[in-house]
Amino acid sequence: MIPGNFEYHAPTSLADALALLGQYGDEAKIIAGGHSLLPMMKLRFAEPEHLIDINGISELRGIREEGGMIKIGAMTTENQLIASEILWDKCPLIPTAAKLIADPQVRNRGTIGGDIAHGDPGNDHPAIMLALGASFVLAGPDGERTVPADGFFLGTYYTQLEEGEIMTEIQVPVPPAGSGYGFSKLKRKTGDFATAAAAVQLQLNGDSCTQINIALTNVGPCSFKASDAAAHLTGKVIDDALISEAAEKAMADCDPSEDLRGNIEYKTSMAGEMVRRAIRSALSNAKGE
Amino acid sequence: MSTEDTREEELKGVGCSRKRKEDPRFIQGKGNYVDDVKLPGMLVGKVVRSPYAHAKIVSINKEAALALPGVHAVLTAEDLKPLGLHWMPTLAGDVCAVLADEKVSFQYQEVAFVIADNRYIAVDGADLVEVEYEELPVVVDPHHAMDADAAIVRDDLVGKDEAGQGSRKHNNHIFNWDVGDKDATDRAFESAEVTVKQKMINHRVHASPLETCGCVASFDKVKGDMTVYMTSQAPHIVRTVITLLSGIPESKVRVIAPDIGGGFGNKVGIYPGYVCAIVASIVLGRPVKWIEDRIENLSTTAFARDYHMEGELAADKDGKIKALRVNVLADHGAFNTHAQPTKWPAGLFSICTGSYDIPVAYANVDGVFTNKAPGGVSYRCSFRVTEAVYVVERMIDVLAQKIGMDPAEIRMKNFIQPEQFPYQSALGWEYDSGNYPAALKKVMEAVDYEGLRKEQAEKKARGEIMGIGLCTFTEIVGAGPSKACDILGVGMFDSAEIRIHPTGSAIARMGTISQGQGHETTYAQIIATELGLSSDDIQIEEGDTDTAPYGLGTYGSRTTPVGGAATVKAARKIREKARKIAAHLLEVSENDLEWDVDQFRVVGSPDQAKSMKEIAWAAYNNVPDGMEMGLEAVDYYDPPNFTFPFGAYLAVVDIDKFTGVTTIRRFYALDDCGTRINPMIIEGQVHGGLNEGYAVAMGQELPYDTEGNLLGNTFMDYFWPTMVETPKWELDYTVTPSPHHPMGAKGVAESPHVGSIPCFSNAINDAFMQFGAEKHIDMPHNAFRVWKTLQEMGLNKD
Amino acid sequence: MAKTHIQFTLNGQAVETLVEPRELLIHVIREQLGQTGSHIGCETSHCGVCTVDLNGASLKSCTVLAVQANGGDVTTVEGLAQSGELHAVQEAFMQEHGLQCGFCTPGMLMRSYRFLQENPNPTEEEIRVGMSGNLCRCTGYQNIIKSIQVAAQKLQAK
Repeated sequence: MIPGNFEYHAPTSLADALALLGQYGDEAKIIAGGHSLLPMMKLRFAEPEHLIDINGISELRGIREEGGMIKIGAMTTENQLIASEILWDKCPLIPTAAKLIADPQVRNRGTIGGDIAHGDPGNDHPAIMLALGASFVLAGPDGERTVPADGFFLGTYYTQLEEGEIMTEIQVPVPPAGSGYGFSKLKRKTGDFATAAAAVQLQLNGDSCTQINIALTNVGPCSFKASDAAAHLTGKVIDDALISEAAEKAMADCDPSEDLRGNIEYKTSMAGEMVRRAIRSALSNAKGE
Repeated sequence: MSTEDTREEELKGVGCSRKRKEDPRFIQGKGNYVDDVKLPGMLVGKVVRSPYAHAKIVSINKEAALALPGVHAVLTAEDLKPLGLHWMPTLAGDVCAVLADEKVSFQYQEVAFVIADNRYIAVDGADLVEVEYEELPVVVDPHHAMDADAAIVRDDLVGKDEAGQGSRKHNNHIFNWDVGDKDATDRAFESAEVTVKQKMINHRVHASPLETCGCVASFDKVKGDMTVYMTSQAPHIVRTVITLLSGIPESKVRVIAPDIGGGFGNKVGIYPGYVCAIVASIVLGRPVKWIEDRIENLSTTAFARDYHMEGELAADKDGKIKALRVNVLADHGAFNTHAQPTKWPAGLFSICTGSYDIPVAYANVDGVFTNKAPGGVSYRCSFRVTEAVYVVERMIDVLAQKIGMDPAEIRMKNFIQPEQFPYQSALGWEYDSGNYPAALKKVMEAVDYEGLRKEQAEKKARGEIMGIGLCTFTEIVGAGPSKACDILGVGMFDSAEIRIHPTGSAIARMGTISQGQGHETTYAQIIATELGLSSDDIQIEEGDTDTAPYGLGTYGSRTTPVGGAATVKAARKIREKARKIAAHLLEVSENDLEWDVDQFRVVGSPDQAKSMKEIAWAAYNNVPDGMEMGLEAVDYYDPPNFTFPFGAYLAVVDIDKFTGVTTIRRFYALDDCGTRINPMIIEGQVHGGLNEGYAVAMGQELPYDTEGNLLGNTFMDYFWPTMVETPKWELDYTVTPSPHHPMGAKGVAESPHVGSIPCFSNAINDAFMQFGAEKHIDMPHNAFRVWKTLQEMGLNKD
Repeated sequence: MAKTHIQFTLNGQAVETLVEPRELLIHVIREQLGQTGSHIGCETSHCGVCTVDLNGASLKSCTVLAVQANGGDVTTVEGLAQSGELHAVQEAFMQEHGLQCGFCTPGMLMRSYRFLQENPNPTEEEIRVGMSGNLCRCTGYQNIIKSIQVAAQKLQAK
């Protein structure tokens, strides 16, 4: 399990990284935390001729709040998310979920941007971002563009990120008062991807749910929002019956593939169960329970 | 505290939780594992492997690989043929391709061996070897291996009516082996009031120690010496095999097993990678290293189990068992490379009557070839003992369910009673000692068994699913008496050689080899107690065939029963000589002396004594007339019988009915391994074995698809629990010494693996039986499979 | 492939070497720099036997390129003892029988060393989570957990 040869580039600015990416095109790969890419290179499923390491670009790290928006540098590591007081205070869904990703050592390397940009349906941040209504800043040769998470994920390892572009920042609107979050993940063991996971962010007005996002991990070609399920709950006082109905609707949107974690029926059913659990915990959270 | 106690304590001998002698080097990164070995001019080999489970090799093109700078050679079967090394004999009387000869018979089979300057170039070179294959139909399901139209796994055996272990009836048949009185058993079934029959699978798993297999072979062309550093649990037998294969005299072959990063049975066999490295070193005249990567380890070097069993019990309506019958289909993969004593094609499977007084029994095993990786090693157990214990421990629960009796009660009713020992089992073993009812009773009291059953009923009423599993196992370990056991004709004795230095310290060498069991610590404790020297002054060495006496190695819990006994015997030889020297020094008759902790003293005159240290000094300058100087002894111990450790285990599980996730709430393990040498080490071994049992029962498997592709051969899929998943272990013990072992010890490290697997499985099955489950549920009990049962039974609802 | 010159601090000593960019940190530490305490177990970043400390964080050195450690500060098990005195985690693992075959031990120790700085007084549950990136095949973890608890006490007493 040895990677093939490549040329290594370690730019220290985003401009340099973009220039290198422009120069080498599809012969190049960006390496962030490397815990998806290096194993693929060791198996020689990926054999880039140029590896552009963006770990040295300090402008891509950090978490700040600006104008009702939390802005997270794409190279911020999972452990930095978990250690962030801003996030625990303003957007606890992110660090709550990050704690369930991989293991402590891997979380020191793995980055939020890498997790999102890789387009792996087993990664957890895509669903979290969909639930939070986040946007991504993509830098390219012609400047920056900001795209919503909703619509960014197009398929397995397939996103709106275009050749020559680097994800630089994740922008999350600060959830207003009265919101609640829930994250439920089923995995075989620490270090595994989810058999199924669900992220929920909702808002209550009194007892009534005014807005809810439900998003799922690893039960389709890419992470997706369970929109019918969300619509079914919006404007209603959510009770157990409604939760079950919503879970059924979310299950109808699932399209998992069979693997050693389970067959399609199991994964779909687990997606439903994770949705149920995540909604319940989001409700308790919103009610301050 | 009396001075006698103090003196005894200072020895740090048997019974003492002595801290380990091995640890200082391991905690400072100074262990010496095989991949740490770096010799001048060393090259690295990489195996080119087949992507197909069954295919004809049309051509192999080495040119591109050989053109790569840094690649020294590429070996294929064609290159090994002139040396007669393209095939090698297996421990089971079969042969195994070293490099695929004309066809491949399992996915990841060894096809070529690339030798290069370093591991990076070796992998690059392996990538450049072009092999053209023509795919052939596969045999994956062992149940169809002997179909009339089944593809033939082994062309080399076509037309041969035996494959090294008796007659065979189909091209994919390896052997049939049976034991017991079939007619009497059949009659008992015909006349029984109650019979039960159940199919069950001990699924294919892999021991996968954290250190994979590997070696460094170094052939000295000038001297004609071959030195091999190897991850081997049996270095001496490896030396013999190297000689048999290569023709290099055994005196010129040195096998060194350095520190080993866990073995668990994976490092008993001799694998093609080792042979390739050895041949490459001979051909190139330079040291060659071969280290498996994890995928290679899980895919090729010896799986365990894959036993497809059908158990049957006959009983009266009160649950008294009258007979046991077991039929087994054993999947050995593409070559019969199972590691058992050579004459035992199904190992010691006939221990399957377990802890129960069963009047008649019959077991029948058929081995078959399939297009899967070869193996059948014992994964942390004596040969096929896990399989045997599993079938009887599941069957007794199946019988209990059928007649509506509690699993504890039916066990109590059928146990071999303490006064029945030595006990002759229906399948031919003489159990040495045991007290099964006391063990189970102790466990039931410790966990409040009645209370747990009550809680289970209450939970059931609330729709919650709790299971209680019991296992009261008996193992057979310590292979073995040479009249019954040999490996390639070498009897399964073991050895110890002890040398006492003039100033009273000692060095001892054994034919066994530690892989984490702490031999450097515990062997010294045995000698300390036997000879009255502090264990801190006793150096233990193993694993170097140039210095250690010949022994059969460490597996099948044989170190304490066999090597430990040799150590006691050798020490006692020294003590007898010491007695003579003491008598000479004290000018009394030998018969006037008695042994007292660390000295010989004159009976009735305790002030007159000579300590072992004084005697050691005298052994080198003042011995009785006619006696040789020096103080040393060697013993080759051929055990009169196996030992039979036992235990009583109990598991409590809670099942999340919506996800199938099982939580192990309690696991209580009582072990009886006879005399306990180092309780701290015993507990550590039991913890580790329980965790392996947990892994096997709850998640590990090597699954194949219908094309013979192995699914899940990295640690992403292959289940090794982390600290988060691992339950807490509660331990207990009783002590029933073995009457035939010189210190009464039986061996312990495998019991927790053997005993916990059926215990977990019984707990899962128990959880479902209370809801009326009618069929046995097979392992591994991962969330997905448990959920399938929940789903089938309609239990996954509010 | 052209080699790159890298330098970093390894166990307090400045080291420099030439590497191919693809060389993994674990291989360079073990094979070029001769510090064989850290091991290789799974190669997919699941087992943790290659765990080392880089710039104050634990990482799995089988899934980091050596060039990525350029200019960094690396500590391996060989660097744990200071001035001939064992670190508390080393003492505790010996005392509580927290190791058997010793293969996972360097990674376990390096992770414990860092974990107890992140959380000096952990609960058992926190230990289980904090150490979940390291597999052990021998011990069933029970004595490792005990070792870390004892090490925490030793460190607090200092």
